[in-house]
Amino acid sequence: MFNTKISQKIAFAVLFVSTLITIIPVLIIIAIIIKNGITAISWQFLTTAPSNGMRSGGIFPAIVGTFYLALGASAISLPLGILGGIYLSEYSKNNYFTRILKLGIVNLAGVPSIVYGLFGLSLFVISLKLGVSIVSGCLTLAIMSLPSIITATETAMSSVPRSFREVSLSLGATKWQTIRYAVLPHASPGIITGTLLSNARITGETAPILFTVAAFYLPQLPNSVFDQVMALPYHLYVISTQIPGISKSVTYGTALVLIVFTLSLNLFGIIVRTYLRRQKKW
Amino acid sequence: MSLIRAEKLNLYYGNFHALINVNLSIEEKRITAIIGPSGCGKSTLLRTFNRMNDLIETVHIDGSIIINNENIFSKTTDIDSLRRKVGMVFQRPNPFPLSVYENIAFGLKIHKIAKTRNELEHTVEQGLKSVLLWDQLKDKLKTSALNLTLEQAQRLCIARLIAVKPEILLMDEPCSALDPIATMHIEELMLELKKNYTIVIVTHNMQQAARVSDDTGFMLLGKLIEFNKAEKIFTNPDKKETEDYITGRYG
Ligand SMILES: Nc1ncnc2c1ncn2[C@@H]1O[C@H](COP(=O)(O)OP(=O)(O)OP(=O)(O)O)[C@@H](O)[C@H]1O
Ligand SMILES: [Mg+2]
Repeated sequence: MFNTKISQKIAFAVLFVSTLITIIPVLIIIAIIIKNGITAISWQFLTTAPSNGMRSGGIFPAIVGTFYLALGASAISLPLGILGGIYLSEYSKNNYFTRILKLGIVNLAGVPSIVYGLFGLSLFVISLKLGVSIVSGCLTLAIMSLPSIITATETAMSSVPRSFREVSLSLGATKWQTIRYAVLPHASPGIITGTLLSNARITGETAPILFTVAAFYLPQLPNSVFDQVMALPYHLYVISTQIPGISKSVTYGTALVLIVFTLSLNLFGIIVRTYLRRQKKW
Repeated sequence: MSLIRAEKLNLYYGNFHALINVNLSIEEKRITAIIGPSGCGKSTLLRTFNRMNDLIETVHIDGSIIINNENIFSKTTDIDSLRRKVGMVFQRPNPFPLSVYENIAFGLKIHKIAKTRNELEHTVEQGLKSVLLWDQLKDKLKTSALNLTLEQAQRLCIARLIAVKPEILLMDEPCSALDPIATMHIEELMLELKKNYTIVIVTHNMQQAARVSDDTGFMLLGKLIEFNKAEKIFTNPDKKETEDYITGRYG
């Protein structure tokens, strides 16, 4: 009796401490960024271009750039990734080809982001002559986020009970009607969260945009999708490594904006999921 | 004339021969029960009638099933309209995690049966009435079907099916998840539905087959051993295996 109680307490303590150890660094990082960056945040910081060799002024072009990139990349990756996931879960036969395809997707998710950056540079920027531009950047980011969107969609679709499909088919629905009306609505919370989380992740990436779209310094906003833009992650990298004597609050302020940007995408994903889960239960 | 006729039907799961030379003929507006010990192929046979076995990649079928004078395995058969005509009620009540209303409306929307909102509401009401659920649920149309009792859920599944206007209802042990009282209610409902539909029911429960069926088939190890009027099967079967089974010599 006594022993099992003690070991239960020890196990609980170990689990609790491990959780703390994983959470604490994150909290510390966020706290430091907020503490050092909050003073830089002002209306002017958010709405004007950098000036004085990027040592002062704001980060407006980088915010806009990141926003465009996130939007453009999603516009490409969402339809492709979701349709791909639906194909894998509902249409593909369990054969050699499919297994290779799935293995490929899993491995793509593990490819370092700099490799995607160089791939984008050679394919979109150079071979397809799209230049260092928003299109090239969006395509590169989209390709990078595809594996996780496909996987999220496939998982969400496969976790919808088989009986929903059987009932729908047995009522004379076609395969597509079954997918559309009996499976997708129940898979959508998982799909939406998965895609939002993956978008949040790519908006914070520097390597894929480094050679494909990001501008070192470009105070004006882009006129077309073939222009370069500044982007928050790259701007942060630039001002923290290339600009001597920049005030700490500017770098931390930029980091704070970037973190808020990605975290709010995450948070939005979680809220949407909670809302949809509450609607649909089985 | 028979509505469903199986001729020299053989079905294989990969190498496993699950239905062996089955011949039978099912009459219109009657209840036909298929009985037999576990694993003898009752569900498999039932699922050939609406080609649900097509969903299993390893299945291979020879022979023919003729429904309304049309071989359902012919290349020109439209599987979706076959399945609409030959509907199925499953063993576990399986409503969608949607409201009562949406469950019945599902098939109506798929087949565009009800054009206007009024028509839709009316058809949903008819569906619930036909399974005697309307009085219980008319104020709960918007609540989730997952909150229903098992009996209500099974009735709802039958209503969802009837709403798409099938001719044949296949029921695979529709009462096995229900308590005896609910079972009795569903049996009463089946007798009521017989007026308008042809029903084929698979059941483990011999008393149930004896109570509701007009014709009964006894299966054993993939073969249809005997098929006859229910009274004949349950009082004076021709085959020794049938007699052994109904007198309880198999599990
Ligand atoms: N998908 C499948 N793949 C391979 N074999 C199967 C498959 N489904 C069923 N079988 C086999 O076919 C035989 C008949 O199965 P079936 O489900 O039709 O039996 P049943 O009479 O309905 O049994 P129960 O009363 O337990 O429901 C069984 O031996 C079963 O193991
Ligand atoms: Mg069965």
